[in-house]
Amino acid sequence: MRAMSTRLKVAWAVITILVLVYALFPVFSILATSFKLPSQLNLGTFLPKTWTWSNYEQILTGSAKDLFLPSLRNSIGISLIATFVAVVLATLAAYAIARLDFPGKKLILTTALGVSIFPVVSLVTPLFNLWRNIGLYDTWLGLIIPYLSLTLPISIWTLAAFFRQIPWELEQAAQVDGATAWQAFRKVIVPLAAPGVFTTALIAFFIAWNDFVYGISLTSTSAARPVPAALAFFTGASQFEEPTGAISAAAVVVTVPVVILVLLFQRQIVSGLTQGAVKG
Amino acid sequence: MAAITLKDIVKEYGDGYLAVKGVSLDIADGEFVILVGPSGCGKSTLLRMIVGLEDITSGDLAIGGDRVNDKAPRDRHLAMVFQNYALYPHLTVFENIAFPLRLQKGAFTEEQVREKVEFAAKTLELQDHLQRKPANLSGGQRQRVAMGRAIVREAQAFLFDEPLSNLDAKLRGQMRTEIARMQRRLGTTTVYVTHDQTEAMTLGDRVAVLRKGELQQVASPRGLYEHPVNLFVAGFIGSPPMNFLPGEIVDDVLRLPLVDVPLTDDLKARLGDRKLVIVGLRPEHFEDASLTDDRRSADGVTFDATVDVTEWLGSDLYAYVPFDTNPEVAGKLEELDRDLDGEGMRTQLVVALDSESRVRDGDDAKLWVNPAKMMVFDPESGENLTYDADAVKEIDQQNEADRKASLERAQAREKAKAS
Repeated sequence: MRAMSTRLKVAWAVITILVLVYALFPVFSILATSFKLPSQLNLGTFLPKTWTWSNYEQILTGSAKDLFLPSLRNSIGISLIATFVAVVLATLAAYAIARLDFPGKKLILTTALGVSIFPVVSLVTPLFNLWRNIGLYDTWLGLIIPYLSLTLPISIWTLAAFFRQIPWELEQAAQVDGATAWQAFRKVIVPLAAPGVFTTALIAFFIAWNDFVYGISLTSTSAARPVPAALAFFTGASQFEEPTGAISAAAVVVTVPVVILVLLFQRQIVSGLTQGAVKG
Repeated sequence: MAAITLKDIVKEYGDGYLAVKGVSLDIADGEFVILVGPSGCGKSTLLRMIVGLEDITSGDLAIGGDRVNDKAPRDRHLAMVFQNYALYPHLTVFENIAFPLRLQKGAFTEEQVREKVEFAAKTLELQDHLQRKPANLSGGQRQRVAMGRAIVREAQAFLFDEPLSNLDAKLRGQMRTEIARMQRRLGTTTVYVTHDQTEAMTLGDRVAVLRKGELQQVASPRGLYEHPVNLFVAGFIGSPPMNFLPGEIVDDVLRLPLVDVPLTDDLKARLGDRKLVIVGLRPEHFEDASLTDDRRSADGVTFDATVDVTEWLGSDLYAYVPFDTNPEVAGKLEELDRDLDGEGMRTQLVVALDSESRVRDGDDAKLWVNPAKMMVFDPESGENLTYDADAVKEIDQQNEADRKASLERAQAREKAKAS
């Protein structure tokens, strides 16, 4: 790339800062709120007047512990299982869609798209009735299944698009170079497919992790209630106190795993790895 | 290193399409054989059957005397360079070249792998790029990495699938000589697929011309050029291509659109009782009549022609002379043109004149042609009536002797350098 002129650099820097502020200001606001004393919430300052861990203590060891900790466990468990199942199924489906020619290929893709068209709200009432009748209401499985309906279509689409870009000739080249079919797959195709699978897994995880509507409608106790739903049940120490501080603290806590995941898999997510395999 | 023997190789796809229709070919140890033909002639399919990426429907394929029809690609010990290089994008150049060695678990120590890769890199002048990823290399460098991966392994044979078609013209010329040099030095049996007749002529010890899955002729480049077995081979080999003209036989004269040529007794015997033939004349068989010396002009015939367009190339001057073809052979020639990936454009004569010639666009020029070089084809079967099997055999024997001599010279040079 050519060196940018100074004016262009400044312009880009300004735009970048604006976008960063726009995106990160709410995050900082919540972070700041989570360190405020309940009595000082309405002072109107951005930063807490007195810094306190009391909100975190409340949700992790204090009065809200029984509400927050089980829901955190539910969220992690349900999201991970839903992600894992979605990625495994989507990988198999996308592999077939990208590599094989079979009747009904288009049908599978359009069905997957069709499933994801329906708004969650329109499905949740019938699901509520059905789940109650067959005993899935307020269970992990009762949430994993609807989460799969959200994560599978997008996983299949992104993975199919990604797999189509993999130059499959490499598999043949590896075989000529002396690899068995399994070696060719493991040493050449897997490293190329991994970034796509990781990216898809992250997207699927976020979808499951962020869900609120299913979480609040299909659960009633801490047996299966995920964090976003549990936040709605937080209460202040007295009826005159808002639970804003505790909710902020919980929001920060649930954001942490997402940030860690992104940082951890940043390298795998970097696309463009397939460049240079084949000409063009 | 090994000889490769193909016997009645047939490829039929699931939908019944016959891509290769019974090809038999003996490739000697250390020989450089080219498979050439227009697109869709089955040359790539044939190569992929040799390497094992495509099943052989029927026939026998032997490498080094062993039948390998049912062996997996990895058990055939061949090295292949793909058209789009097929480099592993997640590995460095070093690891790309080392890949085949690393797959043979325990066969090489880390030290040996490094030695072999560095030797291959030195051969191909890739030393400076060993730690880079393929994405950061130019087209020519990628091509060389692909070749490095092939030579590092001391395979039984090298297979090339149109390796130069993605490079620009200048690089293609350079890489062509590079491949020829490498093959001579290593003395490895090589099968090379291309649709480019220049590559075929320059690289091959022998060239196999394919058309619609059938082998047309296998001969040395000179054998093919001077003695093509039929219309197709004659039209495919040579650039600019051979001119095909309808020829009517009237008494002792062969009447062409622009010129009448007297018939020799030998030619008359070969023609039999045919009244209409297709005559093939290469562009360089013509000359500007004003530039031929008296001795030569006595051997040929001169004629007048209206030159439509000229192209001056420095070493040659190409002149184009349009003519009306005979409707009885027009169909056959159009079909041939289609087979050769042509566009079925106007019928014109291409003549290569000396670059000194003063003939220009629109001129009425006096041209000279040597009828002794003329080829005559049967309009129905396309068979070359002037084909001389003995002459081809002689050329091919000479060629084979040349090949062995140059291989020995290259090996001797290599030894002298090593000691």
